Order: sequence, then C-alpha cells, then structure tokens
Amino acid sequence: MFALGLMLTLIPPTRRGTMSTAKPLAIEARGLRKSYGDNTVLDGIDLAVPEGTIFSLLGPNGAGKTTTVNILSTLIGADAGKAFIAGHDTARDADRVRGAIGVTGQFAAVDNLLTGTENLHLMGRLHHLGRKETRRRAAELIEQFDLVDAARRVPSTYSGGMRRRLDIAMSLMGDPRVIFLDEPTTGLDPRSRRTMWTIIRELVAGGVTILLTTQYLDEADQLADRIAVLDGGRIVAEGSADELKRLIPGGHVSLRLNRADQIEKAANALGANATDPEQLTIQVPGDSSVASLRSLIDALDRESIEVADLTVHTPDLDDVFLALTGRPEHTQESTR
Amino acid sequence: MSTMTYALTDSATMLRRQLKHMARYPSLTFMLIAMPVVFLLLFVYVFGGTLGDGLGGPSGGREAYIGYVVPGILMMTIAGAVQGTSISVAMDMTEGIVDRFRTMAIARVSVLTGHVLGSMIQILLGLVVVLGIALAIGYRPNAGPADWLALLGVFALIAFALTWLTVAAGISAKSAETASNTPMPLMFMPFIGSGFVPTDSMPGAMQWFADYQPFTPWIEATRGLLDDTGTDGTDLALTVAWAAAIALLGYLIARAKFNKR
Repeated sequence: MFALGLMLTLIPPTRRGTMSTAKPLAIEARGLRKSYGDNTVLDGIDLAVPEGTIFSLLGPNGAGKTTTVNILSTLIGADAGKAFIAGHDTARDADRVRGAIGVTGQFAAVDNLLTGTENLHLMGRLHHLGRKETRRRAAELIEQFDLVDAARRVPSTYSGGMRRRLDIAMSLMGDPRVIFLDEPTTGLDPRSRRTMWTIIRELVAGGVTILLTTQYLDEADQLADRIAVLDGGRIVAEGSADELKRLIPGGHVSLRLNRADQIEKAANALGANATDPEQLTIQVPGDSSVASLRSLIDALDRESIEVADLTVHTPDLDDVFLALTGRPEHTQESTR
Repeated sequence: MSTMTYALTDSATMLRRQLKHMARYPSLTFMLIAMPVVFLLLFVYVFGGTLGDGLGGPSGGREAYIGYVVPGILMMTIAGAVQGTSISVAMDMTEGIVDRFRTMAIARVSVLTGHVLGSMIQILLGLVVVLGIALAIGYRPNAGPADWLALLGVFALIAFALTWLTVAAGISAKSAETASNTPMPLMFMPFIGSGFVPTDSMPGAMQWFADYQPFTPWIEATRGLLDDTGTDGTDLALTVAWAAAIALLGYLIARAKFNKR
C-alpha cells in the first residue's frame, strides 16, 4: 500500500489512468494554499476528480469555494501547492488549461449589450471555431438550452434562469472537457434550479467532468458523485453523499402525541433525546429499519401512549454539516 | 495559427464587440461628441469676439478667433472622448465578462486592444463631426490633401496615446464612476496650453507649464497643418515623442494591472 502510494506520487497525473483501470484524473490539486494578508482563505486543499464525474465543493459563504475555482481555472495563482487540469499544470501551462475548461462564475459572465446569439458568436470567434462552426454550435446550444426566446434579445431583459443558461451555453461553445460551475443555482427559483440540474446531468452524460460549488446541501446530494465539505479553507470531510451521511448519527423518529400529560412518560420509556411539550413532539434516536420501528411501536403499545403521527428522519447533509463544522449551515449563512 | 495571428484575430473580434457596444449604446458616443461642440459654440460665439481682438492679428474679432480655437477644440474632443474609454473599460472589469475572457485561451491583450481600437474609431468619428460643425459656422482651414493626411496621422497617434492611458485608468478604477472622473484633468489640458489663448499671455509658472506640456505641441502641430503655415519640425517631433511615451506608459500600466487582477 505504501509502495503503491509512493509510485503514484512519482508518476505524472496524466499517466496514472493508463496504469490502472481507474479513470484518469480530470482535476487534481495538492496542498493548495491562498491567503490575503493575514486572512487565510485556503489552508491546504487536495482534490482528485476522475474524468466524467461530478465533484461538488460544499460549504457556507467564505469557506473558500470560489477561491478554489479561481485557482483551478487560472484566474488567480495559489501561494503554495499545485493543480492540474486534464494533466496540465495551472501555473506553468495556463493556456493549455484554459483551452480545456469552461467556467461559469457566480455572477453571470455575459455581455449585457449583446444579444444571446451575439454572445455565443463572440465565444465561437474567440475559440477560433470558424464562421460556419460558430453558427452551427450557437444554434445548437440555443435549442438545447431553451434560449430561442432569448437569442435576439439582450440579457438585461432575461430572467435569472435564462441568464444562467446563456452563461453556461457560452462556457460550452469551446467544447470544454472540464467545466467549473460556481454556485450555478444561487438565486434561481425552484423550477429553474431543476432545469439547471437536468442540464448538469446531461453534460456529464456527454463525458465532461464537472466541478460544482454549492451551498445547497440537497444540490450536492442530488448531483455529485463525490462531495468535499469545505469549511474555513479546509476540506473537513469527503466522500459520496451516502458515505458522508453514514459519518454521523443523525437518524431519528419523530412522534407527535395526542396528550400533553404523556410526554414525559413516553420520553422516559423510549429514551427520547429531545422533547417539545408545546408541539407535543418527541424525538427518539434510531434508524429506519423495520426491526427498530417494530420495537418502538411495541413500546408505545406497552405504555398505552397515544400517537397522532410518526415520521422517520434519515440523516441528510444538514446533519452532516452540523456534525462536521459544529454549527448548522443555515445559521452561519445568516450571520455572514 | 501562430500567437501573433491569434493576437490579431482576437483583437479584431474584440473590436467588433466594441463597435456593437457603440451601436447599442449610442448615447455615450453622442454625449462625448456633444461636449466639445458646446465648447466650440461657447468660445466662438460668447468669448470669440473679445478673445479674437486679443490675438493681435490683422483682422481680429470672432473670425480670427475661430481660426485660432479649432485645433484646441479638436484636442479637447480627443481628451473628452477617452473618458468614454475609461468608463467602458471599467464597466467591463466590474462585470463578470472579463473574468470569462481571462479563463479562455485567447491573446489576453486583445481585451484591451479591442477597447483601444474601438475608442480610436469613436474619436476619429467625433473629430469629423466637430470639424464639420466648425466648417458650418465659418471655419476655413487652408490644409491641402497632404496636410489632411498628416493630420489623420497626428490625430490617430494622439488618440492612440490617450486611449492607452485611459485604458490603464479604467482598469485601475474600482467603479465606473471613478473611471469617468480620473481622465477629467485631460479636458483642462488644452486650456493650460496653447488651445484657447497664446501661452505668452499667461503668467510665469503657468506659461512654463503650458509651453512644456504635451498638449501644446499637439495643438501647434495641428494648427500648423490646418493653417498650412508650414509645420514646425520641432512640434511634430515633440508630438510623436510625447504620444509614444504616453502610449507606452499607458500600455505598461494597463498590461500589468490587467494581468494582476
């Protein structure tokens, strides 16, 4: 194991894929650090994203998500550490990296004085696609991203969802192999979010690699093959959504009783970890297995406790966040 | 394609973008051209009668003054128009689009050369309009075809220098508001030069500044070519030297700031 690890560090990242059955890495970062004055934004970030997967950086505002994307997309340099995109060094071979990526930043990077079509044509010309190919691809993307309406209008007349769709379409004009999406659904209504998720899934189905940052736990849960939870410039946990959920004991059964006078009795009998006398609810730790539910219901019968309703709560990424960073995601968001 | 041809095609692409911007947002161009026109009318019709007498020429009055002031107004046209360069560069920088350009495999400088070339076209357009109005109100230059050709060169050179300087100002500005204020002093330079009155009518220190600042040779070279009075070789040499130095300074600052952002 040690020997293998040693070998891997000696082989350039692009060649690793040919060594084993594992897919080659589209994005690799080792020990990325960045600080502005005394403020450390990134404190040693390691990433390894295989080709054709969605990797999500999850974290609250100020965790370092955008800084990571900016370094990986060659916008800024790292103070320390190395990063490779499609095998190219972001510091030494920035132009090769730029040729391989598409970036959709947090704030829609569209030209507000050009129409949708003109924006796409501008990208085509900058990618040196040639007139015919530029027109063909632009027409194709307009169709694919439901922008027919927007094609002849300037972005100031668009909805938030349309702007984002144009933004992503522009990133795709150059046929990138690696796509960075920095909070692609922030500020979108639920329907536009779903549309965006569908778009992202289709992109990956087409073979590209996506690095997605989000502060929405359900978004990472829905889309990402692997998730890194970022907090204070460090990765505090990494794994699939299921692996992360298994890290923490967040499962419980929530019971709402009929009678207030039974709350204490029920709490004692079932070993509840939280009660809310006003709402007549108690929370009992446990998983969603049939066996544990049966023993719970048996206990309720035995004690003759009247239950109005019962909900099984499986741990979600909110619980992960709470457990890993020691504070709920939402409260932190609101305090920043 | 080589790096050089990429730089050229990308610059052409960016220039096309700038021209579309101007077509979509003509009010900025209009405002930039309207301002020197207002000054032209103001100085010819309000101050012209009196100032013309002070020139000490044989005729004097309004007619003599219009012949004197047009080169100054033309320099003011250039100095005012580059405010637009600064504003549009700053607007680009504050919007996400430039970050997109910076993550693309394009010749980076093309983002800036697009602005420079676009502004130069805007400036030449402005100069034509201002000259047209000057002719309409009685300005009669003596320039022959060769003089006009030389004038085009002088204008292009000065426009090139001042746009690079204001591109640098636009990149350095934190907002479009700052960007529109920074180049403001340029507008006053023709006043503290030979644009509106001969410098020898000014008091000591001011006269010294007026004689040695770049706008004075620019104005004198323009005046010489328009009047066809035989251009002073020193003025032309100074014109080229100042323009080259300012263009280089602007380019170096702009490039450094653009890469650093």
